[in-house]
Amino acid sequence: MAEDLFRIAGKAFTSRLFLGTAGYPNQQVFLDSLAASGAEVVTVSIRRVDMEGGAEGILDLVRDRAWLLPNTAGCATVKDAVLTAQLAREALDTSWIKLELIGDRETLYPDVEQLVTAAAQLVDDGFTVLPYCTDDPIVCRRLADVGCAAVMPLGAPIGTGLGILNPYNIEMICARSAVPVILDAGVGTASDAALAMELGCDAVLLNTAVSKSTDPVRMAAAMGHAVIAGRLARLAGRIPKRTRAEASSPELGLIGG
Amino acid sequence: MITVNGKARDHADGLDLPALLGEAGVGPDSRGIAVAINGTVVPRARWAERAIADGDAIEIVKVLQGG
Repeated sequence: MAEDLFRIAGKAFTSRLFLGTAGYPNQQVFLDSLAASGAEVVTVSIRRVDMEGGAEGILDLVRDRAWLLPNTAGCATVKDAVLTAQLAREALDTSWIKLELIGDRETLYPDVEQLVTAAAQLVDDGFTVLPYCTDDPIVCRRLADVGCAAVMPLGAPIGTGLGILNPYNIEMICARSAVPVILDAGVGTASDAALAMELGCDAVLLNTAVSKSTDPVRMAAAMGHAVIAGRLARLAGRIPKRTRAEASSPELGLIGG
Repeated sequence: MITVNGKARDHADGLDLPALLGEAGVGPDSRGIAVAINGTVVPRARWAERAIADGDAIEIVKVLQGG
């Protein structure tokens, strides 16, 4: 089978799973999970140094193991998100940014108006912008129109594990998008990740479903397999659904007839 | 007064950015660190020459776990 590469802004990846780095029981479990998942891209955050507590981050742990995708998680204004992206670029020497602009700390839903504004600014500033957005085809189109390298619609609110609440929207976004679609947020278990790929997503980004599972390393492996299985099923082309049974064994030559 | 990572504090005359970074355990070769003053990133190559002025708002950030 030919290699099925996935490209964002010209960068090719083999794995279609992006893995978050937060919330693991310890560093070793994270490293083992990363290896088990096969993910080539990991997300990281940018946070203030504790002036009393030292400046150790996780960069040394991940920089040689994966392509780093810093986020603007928690930012609620265009100004904060843009500055966080610029700080991430300086800290990590990457122009890639997962743009999160949160409208509400309770729902963690994206503020789409500010998101489009910030995305346009960052694109103009030379960033490769991957925005976390609502599962709205029009919002996704606007983000692509301002130059985002991919769109990352949510399956369900961050950390809920509810899966893909509106698979019809995700399928429609995938069918219409001019840029890669990465399902981001809401995945709870492997079947959710497989479904995202079956609906036509180019990749899946998840974190909590692995890091907070009972056995993160095993769940990471499950997610890796699920993304591969879903992608293969998508490429293979599923059968149409029908409401009446249709025998799969030949009907001729049945004994006793 | 200056503001460092959201906290207002006094500063000695002649305080420069390397000295302030040193308080946080950040040296010139520390990886994964970035600094902004008054909303503008100060590239690492310019840390050494950047003086701190009264009223400056300084952000010193690092790379942490994230989703």
